[in-house]
Amino acid sequence: MITESEFQAQDSVFRKVIPAGDYLLKVVHAGQTFRILDLEGNQAADTLFYNADDPSERYSAMDTIREQGNVYLSTGTRLISNECNEMLEIVADTCGRHDTLGGACATESNTVRYALEKKCMHACRDSWMLAIAENEQFQLSKRDITHNINFFMNVPVTEDGGLTFEDGVSAPGKYVELKAVMDVIVLISNCPQLNNPCNGYNPTPIELILWE
Amino acid sequence: MSDILYTDKIPAASHWSLRMKKGTALRITDIDGGANVGMLFYNPENLLERYNAPDTLKCQHTFKLTKGNCLYSDMGRIFCSIVEDNVGWHETVCGNTTHKIVSKKWGEHNYQDYHNEWQQNGYDCFLVELAKYGLDKRDMTSNLNLFSKVQVDGQGNLQYNQTNSKAGDYIELRFEMDTLVLMHTCPHPLNPASEYPRKAIEYQIRVSAPVSERDYCKNFRPENQRGFKNNELYHLGN
Repeated sequence: MITESEFQAQDSVFRKVIPAGDYLLKVVHAGQTFRILDLEGNQAADTLFYNADDPSERYSAMDTIREQGNVYLSTGTRLISNECNEMLEIVADTCGRHDTLGGACATESNTVRYALEKKCMHACRDSWMLAIAENEQFQLSKRDITHNINFFMNVPVTEDGGLTFEDGVSAPGKYVELKAVMDVIVLISNCPQLNNPCNGYNPTPIELILWE
Repeated sequence: MSDILYTDKIPAASHWSLRMKKGTALRITDIDGGANVGMLFYNPENLLERYNAPDTLKCQHTFKLTKGNCLYSDMGRIFCSIVEDNVGWHETVCGNTTHKIVSKKWGEHNYQDYHNEWQQNGYDCFLVELAKYGLDKRDMTSNLNLFSKVQVDGQGNLQYNQTNSKAGDYIELRFEMDTLVLMHTCPHPLNPASEYPRKAIEYQIRVSAPVSERDYCKNFRPENQRGFKNNELYHLGN
């Protein structure tokens, strides 16, 4: 559902542009709201969340899908953890639909999807691996790199069980806003994928904007 | 074309795990109809390599799983191929029942009062099996729910199908690499039955015929040909 936000960028307490192929790892506290802004349009933001006090509790796509009875994420979606607790809520969304079925790109899955010769192309999972290696204080490992959200990505499912990656429904300036219900670690890979329409074959920067 | 090496049953509301060898197949039969089998895969040589539902779906452009589909690891390899399936739809996005879900839907039936008739939940079943291999909830990825069909309408709403699997229906998984298989027989979390569904399954371990160039699963999608190539590279020199 399309819902605009009341927040103004000038009132924010933190802003950071994340170039494509890079990551952001940041703790957001309960009660804070942050916006992921698609600066140039058609950009996938592959995102994972962890409970900042106990990262073994984390965003769970399957629990979120089952509890809301719907595969798409938008305003009003409560993001549920593997312990079935609410972690965050989507409070504004000018895009209308976000994916949590498609997972992230990885060099290995790229070989299957596109060509064995593409195995060394940059991928979201590599950004996450670097993120956890450079931020040892969170004690995250490959075990924690799980089934994520793809903000701004359009992956329609058909009634007869098909699934496709479509051109994004996003556009320059579209955004999604989330309010944290618990203290969370936010881990975003700004997707470097060059082989499918999720980034319009041209990955571009996104921005994270945070309000108290 | 396969020889049966072993036949056994798993009672309702139970869990088990086993190691399947490359070149063998696991045939699971829904004895009474309406079964659900929660399932996860790990590479026994490197437990960090595990079943990946998103990769399995997106690599094959599908939401449902049936004959021809391959079940992928997060490392671009195929744990197993669905070589036989007379159910037609197995799902992999709805997760498990939990203690809370089971008690809310079907009431509290603990072990003390009910013994083998207790109402076990899929989440706890997986925790027990994971712990046998030094794994825990951090390793519990999105699982398969064999025999269960959940459709999605034009708005994205889930619709659980109550008549998907019938008595005697089976699915056969041919293993393309050595695989640790974890499974439970707890009900699907969206099953609206008024009584806790108690559905046992039979499983057979079979010898599979070698995978030919014309193999159905290998040629089901061009992506699967590349998946099989990755397995071939993994087994080079074997």
